[in-house]
Amino acid sequence: MSQKLKVATTSLAGCFGCHMSLLDIDERLFTLLELVEFDRSPLTDIKHCGPCDVGLVEGGLCNAENVHVLREFRKNCKILVAVGACAVTGGLPAQRNHLSLADCLQEVYVTEISLEHGGIPNDPELPLPLDKVHPLHEVVKVDYFLPGCPPSADTLWKFLTDLLAGRTPTLGPELIRYD
Amino acid sequence: MTDTFLLDGEDVAFAPGQSVLQAALSAGRYIPHLCYHPEFKPHGSCKVCTVKANGRTAASCTLPAQAGLNVESETGEMNDLRRTLVQMLFAEGNHFCPSCEKSGNCALQALGADLGVMTAGFRHFYPDRPVDASHPDFLLDFNRCILCELCVRASCEVDEKCVFALSGRGIDKHLVVNAASGRLADTNIALSDKAATVCPVGVIIQKRVGFSVPIGQRRYDQRPIRAQALDDAPRQAAASGGCAACEGTA
Repeated sequence: MSQKLKVATTSLAGCFGCHMSLLDIDERLFTLLELVEFDRSPLTDIKHCGPCDVGLVEGGLCNAENVHVLREFRKNCKILVAVGACAVTGGLPAQRNHLSLADCLQEVYVTEISLEHGGIPNDPELPLPLDKVHPLHEVVKVDYFLPGCPPSADTLWKFLTDLLAGRTPTLGPELIRYD
Repeated sequence: MTDTFLLDGEDVAFAPGQSVLQAALSAGRYIPHLCYHPEFKPHGSCKVCTVKANGRTAASCTLPAQAGLNVESETGEMNDLRRTLVQMLFAEGNHFCPSCEKSGNCALQALGADLGVMTAGFRHFYPDRPVDASHPDFLLDFNRCILCELCVRASCEVDEKCVFALSGRGIDKHLVVNAASGRLADTNIALSDKAATVCPVGVIIQKRVGFSVPIGQRRYDQRPIRAQALDDAPRQAAASGGCAACEGTA
């Protein structure tokens, strides 16, 4: 059998729901693991990705670290895939885009009464938030888009098996959902 | 003998006065469309139904059927154009499907899935469009408006209330409520109005109904829009196409 393809995955401004949906392929995971080897991924806890065949990126870009990680993926992955509504459109985090970032931080960390020791976090280790949340294609070239919140396990499976078999992935309307 | 035109190489019969789109749908042939509604006078604004007729592009909802016309619709070129139009609509508004009550009943969403739209592609506008929740029975979520004018047409032509209108030009065009306050609560819109149910997307939302039909069991969940549109097609026009109040002849 030919060498396994290397796959890296990450969640940027996402909720890990797309990763959960990938796990929802259930026993097909065993088949997948015969075909691929995971590089950087929450599943392996490897912190940086090396050269990979496929990069699956969940979540949009809401802070400077997200942009840094996305660029690492683009640099290392032959095929970069935007997985899920947030990666494709900005999704839920982008619902702040019509508000000013300063107003959001003020409301959440200062005005909101439930915080006993309020104050906008300013630890130098925290990545700076971006003024607006962006979908991936606004920052790097994206090769494939998988919409859905999350894309269903069947959608992910059809996409991955097409790709791993060397076919151009094609999804019928029944596998394309935006919700 | 019935007159026919060619649609993707096959004869389609038409009745006098029918548009290319109407004749095609009556004959069980689907042409993707969005702002067209079988009960209303064609409007020709969204351009999703654009076809190539004798080599020239035209909106098939307003193009009169003519004998011998050679119409191309299911081609890569036309579907690429349609995909781009749908992508621009997605990028222009705030279409956040995961939280939308209309998901599964939304024509824009169903059309996108049917055309294989995987991303808006363009830079998203993320416009600031506050909702109007003033009315006890309706929520107006302007974020999802695609300017199809179906609510405007329904409210004027069928309900004879003219609750809605479009204001502004070009990229500034937007849906407004016809009340001095601009609030829906200050209009006489009612749940029984045609305008209450005609919105193809998630702008005019009836309150307290929400998810009574679960996601997965909705209009376009089981049947793609190309099949649903053919079911809807043969209905006769209910509206005259004119509004006496708007035209000052009331």
